[in-house]
Amino acid sequence: MNMKYTHRKPTSMVFFKYTLILSIFAVLGCETDDQQTVASFTELTMSDEFDNDGAPNSSIWGFDIGTGENGWGNQELQYYTNRSENVQVQNGVLLITAREESFEGSQYTSARLVTKDLFEQKYGRFEARIRLPYGQGIWPAFWMLGADIDENPWPGAGEIDIMEYRGQNPTVLIGSVHGPGYSGGNAISKEYTLVNDRFDTGFHIFGIEWGPEYVNFYVDDVLYNQITPEDVTGSWVFDKPFYILMNLAVGGNFVGSPNEETEFPQTMLVDYVRVYKELKIN
Amino acid sequence: MKNIKYINFRFVLLLGLMSILLVSCERDFSDDVEFATYPPNGDVFIDAFSAGLNYFPFVDAGADPEAFSVDTEETYAGDASMRFDVPAFGNGFVGATFNTTANRDLSGFDALTFYAKASKAANINSIGYGISGETNNKFQVTALDLAVSTRWEKYTIPIPDPAKLIEETGLFWLAEGASFEGDEGGYILWFDEIKFEKLGTVAQPKPTIFGGEDFTEQAFIGSSLTVGGLTQTFNLADGTNQTVSIAPSYFTFESSDNGVATVNEFGQVTVLGAGTTTISAILAGVRAEGSLEITSNGVLQAAPTPTQSQANVESIFSDAYQNSTESNFSPGFGGSTTETTIITTGDGEVVSYANNNFTGIIFDNTVDASGLTFMHVDVYVQQAGTEVGLQIRDIGANQTIDTDVNTGFPIGDDKDLRVDLTDLTVGQWTSFDIPLDGDLTTQRNNLGALILVGGPNFLLDNIYFYSE
Repeated sequence: MNMKYTHRKPTSMVFFKYTLILSIFAVLGCETDDQQTVASFTELTMSDEFDNDGAPNSSIWGFDIGTGENGWGNQELQYYTNRSENVQVQNGVLLITAREESFEGSQYTSARLVTKDLFEQKYGRFEARIRLPYGQGIWPAFWMLGADIDENPWPGAGEIDIMEYRGQNPTVLIGSVHGPGYSGGNAISKEYTLVNDRFDTGFHIFGIEWGPEYVNFYVDDVLYNQITPEDVTGSWVFDKPFYILMNLAVGGNFVGSPNEETEFPQTMLVDYVRVYKELKIN
Repeated sequence: MKNIKYINFRFVLLLGLMSILLVSCERDFSDDVEFATYPPNGDVFIDAFSAGLNYFPFVDAGADPEAFSVDTEETYAGDASMRFDVPAFGNGFVGATFNTTANRDLSGFDALTFYAKASKAANINSIGYGISGETNNKFQVTALDLAVSTRWEKYTIPIPDPAKLIEETGLFWLAEGASFEGDEGGYILWFDEIKFEKLGTVAQPKPTIFGGEDFTEQAFIGSSLTVGGLTQTFNLADGTNQTVSIAPSYFTFESSDNGVATVNEFGQVTVLGAGTTTISAILAGVRAEGSLEITSNGVLQAAPTPTQSQANVESIFSDAYQNSTESNFSPGFGGSTTETTIITTGDGEVVSYANNNFTGIIFDNTVDASGLTFMHVDVYVQQAGTEVGLQIRDIGANQTIDTDVNTGFPIGDDKDLRVDLTDLTVGQWTSFDIPLDGDLTTQRNNLGALILVGGPNFLLDNIYFYSE
């Protein structure tokens, strides 16, 4: 969730076989037992399938409210609330909705969900199935921050951006890590462009597999990047628990402001969030 | 080894059996059930005319048929491109459609794409597909003012609803020319790799009718009007929105009360009864922005029957008299927002003006009213406070309307008389008998036009000049 990305690490694309097989099983409706034989991160440690209408499960999700400092550090334009207008579970999906409305001095409202102090984990597979919104100035994200951020401020705490996306580039996904010496515009980052498809017309699975000394980034059945300590231009800060954030920002210096063609409201639909661990590592 | 071969052989046999089964199944069905389908060929011009493609310049409209050629020097890819030499202002324009002799099934594609380049930066007036004489351009799509640069760039013209395009012949059309002195002309346009594609990134459809606005209109039984402002907008892979003007048949139109008005697949609305109805539309499952609420007062009462004898009358518009001249009721003045409709009622025709700022009735031949003393007109309004400005124009011996474009007043040999039609009673015809005095006292032998200002909504009937 931070500013410009200049450093790009070229990595060849590889088929991410586990996910492919997993998703086929999921479609067939097999038990989770079947999945355990094929993937390394198979022990489910947290999942929210968003099956209960209303507010999100408060034992998993808290909220960031307001505008933070300087628009959450990025000059973002929205005011985050936990109102049902901005965040609601409906018909099996979580809806995070950005609205154009005057609210507490801001022009837009939206929501940011956080698992801080509720769910934190070191290593594992973190994935969510999401349909993204679109339009100039729309900035959804599914990401993580080091759980020690209160004592060890950003960027020292570390940040893993599983999914970031600019609404004006509806085919482009961005995955990154930030840490001391490689944050903001110098984050270690890679874009992945969908061919003959886009992220705002259907659900896609965004995930990482994170273990000691690596973070693998994947979307659907495609592994598009691996980041290791060799790739970062500072110390590796990813050997401790992190918590999850999901939000839909409006404006800010990563995407620019909405324009007259940006349609509101815009909604990010989350079908599920699932976290797994690997018994030998975790 | 033998064993493996044996297995393979058996497998082949099995496959063979299956395909025989499948083929025989299909044969059983195809005779009765299958519709004729056309080839799903999306190619228009890659390096040559695609199968069955022909060039049809709009010669009747003044297009230069020589403007088009195939260029083997300047190409984006391969060894040929389409080249159009856009004439300078006053020398015609580039206008043509490229149609196939054999229909194509384009329903598997979501856009027409091409590369284009120009010898100087320009906006192509109109470009698209779906021109077809046989279907009266039923599924025409047009991108307006498409900006092209001096580099080869790819352009995407989305298909509003691919499911409609199962038997198309009009694969590509364009019209571009200098429409005024100083407009771009005298330059070259190239196109290459023109084809229909399934991009998968044409998304977020936003159709509109009436340009996305909600209008209201008063009407009577017998009124008819056409749904206009039809567009479809898609968001493309690069995040830009591309809007196209589209033919009505892409939409499914609805009238909320078919007893008040009906609307057909061409967007033509016919008012049948009294009451209120809302005209709306859906395109491929997406509700279009924009609507029209029609309030019909039922049967329009007839205007008072004129009593003058034909011998004393020079008539412009009346069922009671023979016209002295035919007239143009929709002169299309620049900047005019007026919608003019001739409504046929049980008692003959009336002329209906909607959303009028200014328009006119232009006489095909001038009327010599030297021996006449009055002009008569009947006016009907439905909104209190409606007033109509009327200008009776004598266009002089030169037989042309000469107007100061800044003031709107007659100049040269023109004269006019201006009156305001006020104190109109809502729901009734009000008759006016206007003395031909003022500047017309001495010059009314070449009456050529009536100018109508304001309103904005009113009906007129029985427009004639007479003497008592």
